[in-house]
Amino acid sequence: MSARNGIHGLLTKARTHATDMVGRMWSGQFMDSMLRPGSPFKKGYTDTPRNRSYVIMNNVLYHLHPVKVKRHGVKLSYTLCLGGLSFFLFILLTVTGIFLMFYYAPTAERAYIDVQALSTDIAFGSLMRNMHRWGAHLMVLTVFLHMSRVFYHGAYKPPREFNWVVGVILLLLTLLLSFTGYLLPWDQLALWAVTVGTNMAGFVPVIGAQVKFALLGGVEVTAGTLLRWYVLHVLFLPFIIVIFLAVHFWRVRKDGGISGPL
Amino acid sequence: MPEIPEELLRRSAEAKAKALGLPVEQILAEMRGEAPATAVPAESVDVPRPAFVPSPPPPSVPEIPPEPQPPDPASAPPPVTTVVESPPAAEEPAPVAEEPAPAAPEVPENGAGNGRLAATVSVRPSVPPAGVPEGVRHQRLLTVVKARAIQQVKADPTDKVNTWPHLMIAEFTALLAMTAFLLVLSTILQAPLLEAANFNATPNPSKAPWYFLGLQEMLSYFDPQIAGVTVPTVIGIVGFMMIPYIDRNPSTRPSDRKLAIMLFTIFLAGSATLTILGVLFRGPGFNFAYPWVDGVFFDDLKDWVDFGGH
Ligand code: HEM
Repeated sequence: MSARNGIHGLLTKARTHATDMVGRMWSGQFMDSMLRPGSPFKKGYTDTPRNRSYVIMNNVLYHLHPVKVKRHGVKLSYTLCLGGLSFFLFILLTVTGIFLMFYYAPTAERAYIDVQALSTDIAFGSLMRNMHRWGAHLMVLTVFLHMSRVFYHGAYKPPREFNWVVGVILLLLTLLLSFTGYLLPWDQLALWAVTVGTNMAGFVPVIGAQVKFALLGGVEVTAGTLLRWYVLHVLFLPFIIVIFLAVHFWRVRKDGGISGPL
Repeated sequence: MPEIPEELLRRSAEAKAKALGLPVEQILAEMRGEAPATAVPAESVDVPRPAFVPSPPPPSVPEIPPEPQPPDPASAPPPVTTVVESPPAAEEPAPVAEEPAPAAPEVPENGAGNGRLAATVSVRPSVPPAGVPEGVRHQRLLTVVKARAIQQVKADPTDKVNTWPHLMIAEFTALLAMTAFLLVLSTILQAPLLEAANFNATPNPSKAPWYFLGLQEMLSYFDPQIAGVTVPTVIGIVGFMMIPYIDRNPSTRPSDRKLAIMLFTIFLAGSATLTILGVLFRGPGFNFAYPWVDGVFFDDLKDWVDFGGH
């Protein structure tokens, strides 16, 4: 028996075992229990109208999508996928944001150093920070464009009036999320952009000074502001926006799906 | 008359045959309209009595209020109807739905029936008819309801496709494209990080984040009370929320909405102009500056565009 044969035999054996195991996992009880009937990942899935319905109806996706949608709503040229992309950016920002939280402490002593270290000391730190930052700018843009597309389609008209109101709240929350994140690097750009921004809030008549005080946790930006905005940024505002997103998506469906063609 | 599924027809024929003591095949043929209706002995006929009528005794049949049925017997909803000979006391034979309807037929909103559907067909014997065995259930009219669902479901036929794969493929493609775009962008564009925050060194100019720069730009033209407050909060937030309630025009056709489209386009162009002015054309002291002469004073893109000034 040559060495070659031996290696060959070993490989064949290993491959048989591997395919066997994968096969058993794929068709076994575990996969069966995880995938609900009609899942395209299930063994033996066939492309039938019934299974196409099950893919949505029998899965967590049913929270977001109906089984069938209007044909024109599928056309990319109608929604430009802007609402969907806004939501996807929100998810990307959540993922990258959690990564950043591992390496960041919201104190005046550490914040700046921690952000600096992301670019120098931490694997993928720079990429994650860049994605988080550019993604945030992009989300402001896509949400704004989504609003414009909804306006030009007149998609805020009955029965969708209230979803437009929910949308304006979402835009506001998106801006607030972006603005609170702006302070966190604790560099000159952050400090003074926030100073300028909150000064504008101070011009609100009657309650301006109070609004500014509440935002800053004082009369000017301090270390306390940093902690306050951090909590708002990573906890409070995401929590609130998820609630409003849920209402928004729910209403898209309950109001009869995507509005009709022009 | 709507198509009645074979098994329902058969089941109802069997029930009727049992009640009348006639052969099933004969009743079935009648129901299909293949045979003339059998004259049913009067005493075995169920007299309709809607539930809301306080039980009148059998002889008072003619005083029973008319069936909640459309006046035109031809459009009566139950698919299985038999014209019944009235009892001797009756002066006027009334068309009566005798069998429980096997399937509630659709009554068109605008057609006969005035948009009403009987919840069940009223059939209840005032006297247990001969030949009806113990325990045979009869149905009573409980109520007459509008043929309308709880939720407003517009049943306009629409052209629909399966979400999977048609919509999800498009979404997944958009998602991948966005991920790829953001990855590339983040690889080639470094996010800015200036010197550590220093309360004693105010940069000149100090600029808000770009999405507030339009407002900051307005602050240099108008009184802060107007630019900082009235415009963004009142017009911006409250006004925007009220758009659907102000714009009462139901049409979504662009040609019908010239004013709305014009106003929104002015808003878009205005905000874009103000933002671009604030980003590119404002230098030290937030004074007007030409980017190609004085440089760009916008630190968000510090490592991206640098015209050499600054
Ligand atoms: C975080 C921000 C937002 C997210 C993630 C989001 C997401 C979505 C999604 C996924 C849809 C389905 C259709 C589409 O993709 O266009 C949608 C529809 C809609 N959105 Fe948003 N949206 C946001 C903000 C807004 C804003 C700012 C407005 C308006 C002020 C708005 C108003 C509407 C309306 C009226 C619809 C129904 C459109 C139709 O039926 O054609 N949304 N949104």
